[in-house]
Amino acid sequence: MAIRIVSPGLLTTVQDAGRPGKYDIVLPPSGAMDLFSYELGNYLVGNEPDAAGLEITYFGPRLQFTEDAIIALTGAEMPPRINGDEVATWEALQVRAGDVLSFDYLKAGARSYLAVAGGIDVPASFGSRSTYTYIGIGGYKGRALQEGDELHIGESRNGAGHVGTGVTPDQIPTFSDESELRVIIGLCSYLLTEESKEEFLGTEWTVTPDADRTGYRYRGGVLGFVEREQPSGAGSGPGNVVDINYPMGSIQVPGGEPIVLARDAITGGGFATIGTVITADLDRLAQTKTNDKTRFRSVTLDEALQARKQRRGQLEKIKSAFNG
Amino acid sequence: MNDSRKIKLPPARYEYGGDEFVFVQLDEAMSLDVNFKAVSITQHLREKELPGIIDICHANASYMVRFNPDKLHPDNLIAELKKIEESLVDEAQIELRTQVIDIPVMYQDPWTHETLMRFRDRHPDPQSTDIEYVARVNGYRTTEDFIAAHCGSPYLVTMVAFTPGTSFCYQLVPPEERIEAPKYIRPRTDTPERALELGGSFSNIRPVRGAGGYQLIGMAPAPMFDPNQSLVDFQEFIAFLKPGDIFKYRRIDRDEFDRIRAEVEAGTFEYRKRDFTFHSDRSLEDPKAYNEEILGVLYGD
Repeated sequence: MAIRIVSPGLLTTVQDAGRPGKYDIVLPPSGAMDLFSYELGNYLVGNEPDAAGLEITYFGPRLQFTEDAIIALTGAEMPPRINGDEVATWEALQVRAGDVLSFDYLKAGARSYLAVAGGIDVPASFGSRSTYTYIGIGGYKGRALQEGDELHIGESRNGAGHVGTGVTPDQIPTFSDESELRVIIGLCSYLLTEESKEEFLGTEWTVTPDADRTGYRYRGGVLGFVEREQPSGAGSGPGNVVDINYPMGSIQVPGGEPIVLARDAITGGGFATIGTVITADLDRLAQTKTNDKTRFRSVTLDEALQARKQRRGQLEKIKSAFNG
Repeated sequence: MNDSRKIKLPPARYEYGGDEFVFVQLDEAMSLDVNFKAVSITQHLREKELPGIIDICHANASYMVRFNPDKLHPDNLIAELKKIEESLVDEAQIELRTQVIDIPVMYQDPWTHETLMRFRDRHPDPQSTDIEYVARVNGYRTTEDFIAAHCGSPYLVTMVAFTPGTSFCYQLVPPEERIEAPKYIRPRTDTPERALELGGSFSNIRPVRGAGGYQLIGMAPAPMFDPNQSLVDFQEFIAFLKPGDIFKYRRIDRDEFDRIRAEVEAGTFEYRKRDFTFHSDRSLEDPKAYNEEILGVLYGD
């Protein structure tokens, strides 16, 4: 045992880089919602980039360490304290057996990440330690952490090598309550009316309380579909299609309001999809929360690939600074 | 292959799903033809083992591929997919090494009846039960006639999606015999686990309890989803049916329902299933005769 959950916070789960390649058996990609912050945390404590850590949502837990450990806190601004004293984020920290880690209220963003040298040691399920609570697999017993749970820490690769080193301020992402998500319009967007296509991109949408690891629902307008004779096997509404697969990040508009599917996406269904948030912006999506404002901006595939390259380059640059 | 059975579908639509997915819609309408084509293309794509591919999964009338664009440019992938599509124009039959399964169900059970009566105000015909309604809109004189048709011919699992254990099951019958049902006007907030449901042209047994809009017509005694993997059919995976599985619903009475429930509870239940190689061209050419052969394999010994 190494971490005792004194209180679990609102929703704290074990996550890693995800469970790719399982769409055909109806398992979504899963993994840390903000992979950028998560992966950076692993660099800071000297882990492999896909070691399991904790994803802390909206309201932080209270954790007691029962052995010495090296940790780093990244992601949403939720000021951490060790034994009551405020400590740095985006930096490798040494904690001692008996230390208690707690968090102040969320200031910006939505999800913080706790990386621990050696990673959280839970059994892998279908190739990943990520918790997929909907069907209860991965993570700690397939569920969010509860009071009294005890987590083991894996064996650390390289000891205290990085303690005291952090990310330079210009490399730390900032989180605002107004976000822009870049999308590639497409999939079944031909079913939307022209006015609705414009309205989708022109509206400042508000994140509703239905915003979790499965998906984010927005309000702020009602989008409509072209009236047509429904094809055989599709549902009766004009926004229904013969059931399709849903990409992670894809956008559907049941009842006229957009939903962006996140990393625990349901893998398919009968709602028309109208586009997909590019992967470089899924980290940003993860740091939005209820009542935040979001705009969607249409980009080309080339722009999406460029943004992807830029994000990867940023991570590599930070990583090499630690290994250098 | 008979000329009249060559697949005639509109040109496929290739779409980017962000930077990591390509979505290909083969047809807007559901048919066995289009599903077989989706299966065939995805089978061929798997065999190519292109570097960078992460996921290949087919849906009912479309399919989706996830890939790492750093290793495989989406436009190069689409070019490969178009090549496969073109190569299949004159040869689209599929051969599935699959299994044929017996799935017991009790129609007009008391549990889904209790549920559906609670949601009459959301139903297109509040005066009828769900099964009376689907029998009538499909032109059956009695619910008995409807049940005989619903469990008379076998089904193909044309897609799995949503959450593990949810299957889209399409009956192997000619278009004029296809049973179709509108969904509820507003979804129910409750559906019992193991409910047999019908919506659009698909049947499904619910893996877990939850909301739903399909018509409720019966109840299965054995599960589709077993997260504890306690039954022998779930030892490899938590969900039972896979795409390409073929099965027949077998009507059972309350006594047999209770007997099977007891076996499930005791952990001793096992579905009856037999290995089978399915040929799509034979099913499309003479579904009646081919279905007889399928059922012979399932129940012959």
